[in-house]
Amino acid sequence: MQVPAPFEYERATSVDHAIALMERLGSEARIVAGGHSLLPMMKLRLATPEYLIDINDLSGELEYIRIGDGEVRIGALTRHRQLLESDELAAVLPIFRDAERVIADPVVRNRGTLGGSLCQADPAEDLSAVCDTVAAQCVIRGGAGERVVSMHEFHRGPYETAVGDGEMLTEIRIPIRPHSGSAYHKVERRAGDWAIASAGAAVTMDGDTIADGRVGLCAVGPNLTNVEPISAALRGQAPSEELYATVGQIAADNASPVADTRGTVAYKTHLAKELTIRSLRKAVARATGQG
Amino acid sequence: MDVTMHINGEEVTRDIEPRTLLVHHLRDNLGMTGTHWGCDTSNCGTCVVWVDGEPVKSCTTLAAMAGGHDVRTVEGLEVDGVLDPVQEGFIQCHGLQCGFCTPGMMMTARALLDRNPDPTEAEIREAISGQICRCTGYATIIRSILWAAAKERQDALDPAGSAS
Repeated sequence: MQVPAPFEYERATSVDHAIALMERLGSEARIVAGGHSLLPMMKLRLATPEYLIDINDLSGELEYIRIGDGEVRIGALTRHRQLLESDELAAVLPIFRDAERVIADPVVRNRGTLGGSLCQADPAEDLSAVCDTVAAQCVIRGGAGERVVSMHEFHRGPYETAVGDGEMLTEIRIPIRPHSGSAYHKVERRAGDWAIASAGAAVTMDGDTIADGRVGLCAVGPNLTNVEPISAALRGQAPSEELYATVGQIAADNASPVADTRGTVAYKTHLAKELTIRSLRKAVARATGQG
Repeated sequence: MDVTMHINGEEVTRDIEPRTLLVHHLRDNLGMTGTHWGCDTSNCGTCVVWVDGEPVKSCTTLAAMAGGHDVRTVEGLEVDGVLDPVQEGFIQCHGLQCGFCTPGMMMTARALLDRNPDPTEAEIREAISGQICRCTGYATIIRSILWAAAKERQDALDPAGSAS
């Protein structure tokens, strides 16, 4: 039987209360939202916080998807299911629906949250790659106020984020620009499993050329949530199968997967290339009204 | 800590350790062994119960987190001796063999039919994709849920017929 080590449980009544609790309880306090990343870690005793601060009552403050003029704002407590089912979000950022269809399973998606996934920063976790692909900004709040960091700064590596003691992730902000498209492809062993590999792509078109393009990879090595050399290779280029193949090769060259029960290094590297190509192709199609 | 929740409509308060998982609270503290405890890793789905009307995996939910909320378990499907159509469907279509996955399957099926009274086979497969059955190959589970959906649609058209 897997049971967490003993801890004390507190329930936050507001974001300010949660931050005050963390400041008082110190570095041994952890926030729990959906619990579908943290509780498994606690059951395996990989995480042994002394205090757990439950923020599930804060849906009024932290559970929302707001589509603005040039920006989407998503509260950290927004559940996977809401990200999947929001037609408004899918209309401007279809990469979220692409990814959420293949994140865990419907029952887990009822509980798991955007903020929890990003803060867990699992190297095979999809939403870090999704958010970096669409150039998200992360709002982190602490006792001294809010600070905003790019997703790239937020995700420091496997299981490491920019969130410090006494701070919490409260919101994700994503720019939306005209003539843009995004997509996500993942290969998994079975429904609901972690990725063997996955790739997201986002492009903004300027006429017939790509003004800005980004690709994020998942499960094929650390710090690939935005593969910067790919953006340089895409800038100012006209989309073509040759371009996608070139960029796919850059993804493969930057991937550093480890062999495990999900696949060999060669297989995962191949997937990084092929899924980059497919996501780019679809992102461009969507940006040009053909997707 | 004292934790109070509503389980199948009944208010239940117990003094529990904060680390108690909901599945163990139901089974070990309250003797409600209808909810099964399987993989312990939120993969198999036999521990599915509802919290505030949505299916959740109770092996990955603290009982404390369910405090103040409505929990519905497989024991709450039957009302006053009348089986839920989902339960009937599992009987009619042989939706179980060993029965280990059945409580979770039925709770997910009930939630699906509440949202979508006429699901396709693909929608049923998606709904139960977070749950594992090692006996049936899923075919008879899907048939059972389709049977329940058809029965409910028929009953809705002909309420007198269902009462007779």
